[in-house]
Amino acid sequence: MLFDNRKPKFSQPAYSSQYKSFWQCIHIDGPLLAFLLLLCAAGLLILFSASNQKLHSIEFQVMRLLLAFGVMLIVAQIPPASLQRWAPWIYAAGLFLLIIVLISGHIGKGAQRWINLGLIRIQPAEIMKLAIPLLLAFYYHKLDLPIKLKSVLLAIPIILIPALLTAKQPDLGTAILLIIAGASVLFLAGLSWQIILTSLAALTACIPFAWYLLHDYQRQRVLTFLNPERDPLGAGYHIIQSKIAIGSGGIFGKGWLNGTQSNLHFLPEHTTDFIFAVCCEEFGFVGTLILIFLYMLVVFRGFYITIHAQDTFSRLLAGSITLTFFISFFINMGMVTGILPVVGIPLPLVSYGGSSMVTVMASFGILMSIQTHRKLVTT
Amino acid sequence: MLKRTSIKNHYHEIQLTSRRSMLAIFVISIIIGLLIARLAYLQIYKNALYTTLSTKNAIDLVPIEPPRGLIYDRNGVLLAENIPVFSLDIIPQQIPNLQRTLAALSKVVEISDSDTIQFQKQLKQHRRFDEIPLKLRLTEAEVARFTESQYHFPGVLIKARLMRHYPYGESFSHVLGYVGRINTRELGEIDQINYSASHYIGKLGIEKFYEEELHGNVGYEEVENDASGKPIRVLKKTSGKPGKNLYLTIDSGLQLVAEKALQGHSGAVVAIQPKTGQVLAMVSQPAYDPNIFVIGISQKDYQALQQSDTKPLYDRALRGTYPLASTIKPYLALEGLESGATTPEYTIFDNGTFKLPNYSRVWHDWVRNGHGRVNLSRAIASSCDIYFYQLSSKMGIKLMDDILMQFGFGAFTGIDLDGELPGVVASPEWKLKVKGQHWYPGDTTNSSIGQGDMQATPLQLASAVSTIANHGQRYLPFLLLGEQEPGKLYIAHQSMPLAPVKLRDDKFWDIVIKAMQDVVDNPQGTAYTHYGRGYTYTIAGKTGTAALSRRRIPNEEDKQESVPEKLRDHHLFIAFAPVDDPKIAIAIITENSNNAIDVARAIMDYYLGNQVNVIRQQETKVQPAGL
Repeated sequence: MLFDNRKPKFSQPAYSSQYKSFWQCIHIDGPLLAFLLLLCAAGLLILFSASNQKLHSIEFQVMRLLLAFGVMLIVAQIPPASLQRWAPWIYAAGLFLLIIVLISGHIGKGAQRWINLGLIRIQPAEIMKLAIPLLLAFYYHKLDLPIKLKSVLLAIPIILIPALLTAKQPDLGTAILLIIAGASVLFLAGLSWQIILTSLAALTACIPFAWYLLHDYQRQRVLTFLNPERDPLGAGYHIIQSKIAIGSGGIFGKGWLNGTQSNLHFLPEHTTDFIFAVCCEEFGFVGTLILIFLYMLVVFRGFYITIHAQDTFSRLLAGSITLTFFISFFINMGMVTGILPVVGIPLPLVSYGGSSMVTVMASFGILMSIQTHRKLVTT
Repeated sequence: MLKRTSIKNHYHEIQLTSRRSMLAIFVISIIIGLLIARLAYLQIYKNALYTTLSTKNAIDLVPIEPPRGLIYDRNGVLLAENIPVFSLDIIPQQIPNLQRTLAALSKVVEISDSDTIQFQKQLKQHRRFDEIPLKLRLTEAEVARFTESQYHFPGVLIKARLMRHYPYGESFSHVLGYVGRINTRELGEIDQINYSASHYIGKLGIEKFYEEELHGNVGYEEVENDASGKPIRVLKKTSGKPGKNLYLTIDSGLQLVAEKALQGHSGAVVAIQPKTGQVLAMVSQPAYDPNIFVIGISQKDYQALQQSDTKPLYDRALRGTYPLASTIKPYLALEGLESGATTPEYTIFDNGTFKLPNYSRVWHDWVRNGHGRVNLSRAIASSCDIYFYQLSSKMGIKLMDDILMQFGFGAFTGIDLDGELPGVVASPEWKLKVKGQHWYPGDTTNSSIGQGDMQATPLQLASAVSTIANHGQRYLPFLLLGEQEPGKLYIAHQSMPLAPVKLRDDKFWDIVIKAMQDVVDNPQGTAYTHYGRGYTYTIAGKTGTAALSRRRIPNEEDKQESVPEKLRDHHLFIAFAPVDDPKIAIAIITENSNNAIDVARAIMDYYLGNQVNVIRQQETKVQPAGL
């Protein structure tokens, strides 16, 4: 299935104009929806234990999920062509809001990440997570692939300006995800290996300089990542307790609601950034494999949609969304298990809190839209 | 570079993104594989290590204080108990402003300065989330008042705990000692683990000597804690061993009688059961209330006790060293007979004075004109000094010291109490070593009537006189009759025979004992008048008078009433009864007072009178072996 994209699409009955399935009518991708529901259900199960069986936090989370699913359903109704048209405007609006947040943050003398609109709070950085791949896909759609050096250079400010503004908030985790979202478009658009390798080399060379740019607490995080035991009660405490939680889970885990590390508050941030450790502790190696499998199902479905997308814009956008989703949960799992430094990236769809949940679900809405808005002829 | 084509190569573009997607899937699979490998490493390979760490995180062993063993007398009368008290405890961690809370608390509950000082001391020794008692023993009214306004004081709570209590207060303080809070020095000496839950430790007396038995072994609760150290629930309880209940050889009735008979005079009484060495009574007056030491005595009160002229903290029975005075005479008489320096038939003529050859000093008898013709029996009964002056010059100090040491003078008796003093058996070597002076023949003469440097504790006196009662058989005096772990069998403490005093002829004992009997029941005896008539048992005794100053005409029994009380003589009396079957041997010292013999009468009448039968019946319960 994944490899049959060379065949003419109209030969397949599912995409014929005569016959449209129910799911296509409502623009929902059944498998993706099923995987997402499974993942969210597993997430609620873990969160219930992680939050010490507080029902009201589950209620909040369910409400956020409902909102996010609603956004997903709405976004799924928007045809990719419209998104393509709006892409520059979305990007411009996001960037504008980002600057406003930064300015008001300066006035407020503190970290400011959102704009308060009374009922809801908008995090412009979250908008940028979608706006960057949208704009780049929009841009590259008009060009011939693979992309040339000139168009790559043009992409750099498109990615880095919002990323730096976000890092300034300071929100390193989201800034990294913004760069990943942009870079993944470049990668899928055929960024030449020459450029990939030289920029990787350049990046490595920049590390010493970047060290001076980092905030003190960010440096601490990196140092602590390299050696958690250097500060077992301070910065290293998180990762030590997290490893204890994971390691003590064993093969089958301590059982649901029986994780001592989280229930007795030894594990910090156990409902948010470190919720993966709760899963490892209570469900063990086997349970964690199942969770990872659920995530991978979503990722594989994303790639399926990517490969089957009908135009370059859709392909680049779908691929970028899938890759960004993968990277975000991988960074979280990597940091919790101690193979990556601690950056504040929550486990998507499982961590308590909703700032990124809407964005993630909106991006899946785009995937569904790409999968279900099909034209007769591939362009 | 190829020129850009105007027509997009769609097939090529699809190819490109698909290829890149496949590559991404490939890379993703590899790094997910890495993540899974990492999980496997942590969760399977390192599982044991992290399980241990997780358990260590969450589970705390909380020690539980074992209940301290109770102390009973030989008849099962409770002498030291644990009473539940309400204390006001503070958890410092939960209190933002300690000073203000203390100030507010003092309006509800009376808090003394010593409470505050004790609390501050404890504050430094404990963790922030431990409960630290601020005030022990709240009254019921205080409990009620505090409970009413408890919501004003988060972090302050009322806790029930067990506290040591001595129901008889002063009466047994010197024997029992007391428990007090563990101090820094003791903290270094005790088994930290076994005392991890204990706040109190025996400081003196039986409480200190049998600390190990009384304390028991600590128990544990496995408590699950959260990250802030707050206990959530108890997982497992490992009970420790409660302290053993101790039964003392003390007869509390006898002890109280002896105490009362002292009539408030300073002094000491020790009563021993000759056939076993069991100490029946051990009184030292004045005494102190041990209960105030348990609560925590203030520095001021302690100084007052310490500096008091009557020395209430001083255990006279165990640590008071007094001149043996005339109570030395029976022992010297025994040695005189044993060495052949004298015989029962040998008499001297006492004209009231004695002179050593080549010395001008004149020693006087305590009766101005002497006792006239005196044999050994008479010399003991009427306490003739001249007879013993002569005897001593015949025997020499070496033989005198020898017999005294055989009776246990000059050495620790080995009783089960700490702090005993050995007294002094004066000898030429001792004098040279301690005083740096040579021994003169006059020293021997002084020693023969128990003056000079000879010193003994009341305990030694009692132990020695019970040896006479036993015809030389010696037993180690002891206080622990038996012990019983709650719920287990009672274990009796065996008495320990010591090397006996052996004489050539057993008749010598009878001669000296008969003479001691004369002391009390012969009109010529020194205790005849004082002891009075009308007792139903046979008794042998010996009086003694320790002159405190050289102010008066030597050895004359002058008018003590004219002398200030502090300078009056100490009176000694040693005795045992009944003579044929000795059940009790006593040594009594009354400081600056001559009622020692009265005290003896009270004790003997109580112990050998009707009372004793009642006690014996009760006694069989605790001591199956009987008297």
